[in-house]
Amino acid sequence: MSEARSALPNAKFDGIAHVEDAGLRGMISFRGDLSASKVKAALKAVSGVEMPSQRGCNVTGESGLAWMSPDEILVMVPHAEAAAAVEKLSKALKGQHFMAENVSDARAVFTVAGKHAREVIGKLAPVDMGTFQTGEIRRTRIAQVAAAFWMHGPDAFTVVCFRSGAQYMFDVLSVAAQSGSEVGVY
Amino acid sequence: MLILECPYCGVKGEETEFHGGGEAHLKRFGPGSSDADFETYLFMRENPKGVHLERWRHVNGCGKWFHVARCTMTLEVFGSYSAQTLEPPKEIKDILSAKRPGWSWRNFS
Repeated sequence: MSEARSALPNAKFDGIAHVEDAGLRGMISFRGDLSASKVKAALKAVSGVEMPSQRGCNVTGESGLAWMSPDEILVMVPHAEAAAAVEKLSKALKGQHFMAENVSDARAVFTVAGKHAREVIGKLAPVDMGTFQTGEIRRTRIAQVAAAFWMHGPDAFTVVCFRSGAQYMFDVLSVAAQSGSEVGVY
Repeated sequence: MLILECPYCGVKGEETEFHGGGEAHLKRFGPGSSDADFETYLFMRENPKGVHLERWRHVNGCGKWFHVARCTMTLEVFGSYSAQTLEPPKEIKDILSAKRPGWSWRNFS
């Protein structure tokens, strides 16, 4: 069996913020009726967190749930447990109309942390970063590629994108985090 | 630059996060329809100066299609509404009537 590798293992950049490849993360794209109590219970059992509300994101450690659209949730678990989590969901929701797909290896995850992390994201995404808070997820674009991000701590962001755009994402985050490039808006 | 609000995820984003999908509320005429109906469905589009109803997709976001009412002259956005409808809802019509008295668009007014 080949060993699973994240998109850019050990990629790091230090500037006005610290940009880093966050390693492997188990991700399951889940679609279905999010208001159904069976669905809510199954998602909670797999992720260990409560169902987030619109544009919400509940993440503890490597596990969590993120609201992607009115009928889609991103389920996060440790990478090694993703396949088992899909199985668990399929078992719990047998007979229901839903989709659970392990997309762990289709994604790249980065962290942007530091005093100016907010600014780094703000330079690249068409989002009002002045009001962005912990517990929120925003699907948008970062420069030219689709991405989603949330805060996993004060001044610390997790950025998720497609693995095919990982190098681009790392480069563009690094450019935005260059030393001496702080604007001082936030 | 248009600032649109996606009715599905509630995000107020700028134009580059969305993608325009052309005129709203088209009725499809497919196989079995008359040539005239089919031609109208395929080619004839509104090109108004003023109120216009369009389809947009939140492409760099939740991915959903929705409708937007806006002004082609001032680029003012009057509001957005669900894609699961055949005509603009009353709230949107009220806004249009307040801001552009006497507006009409295809058979809506």
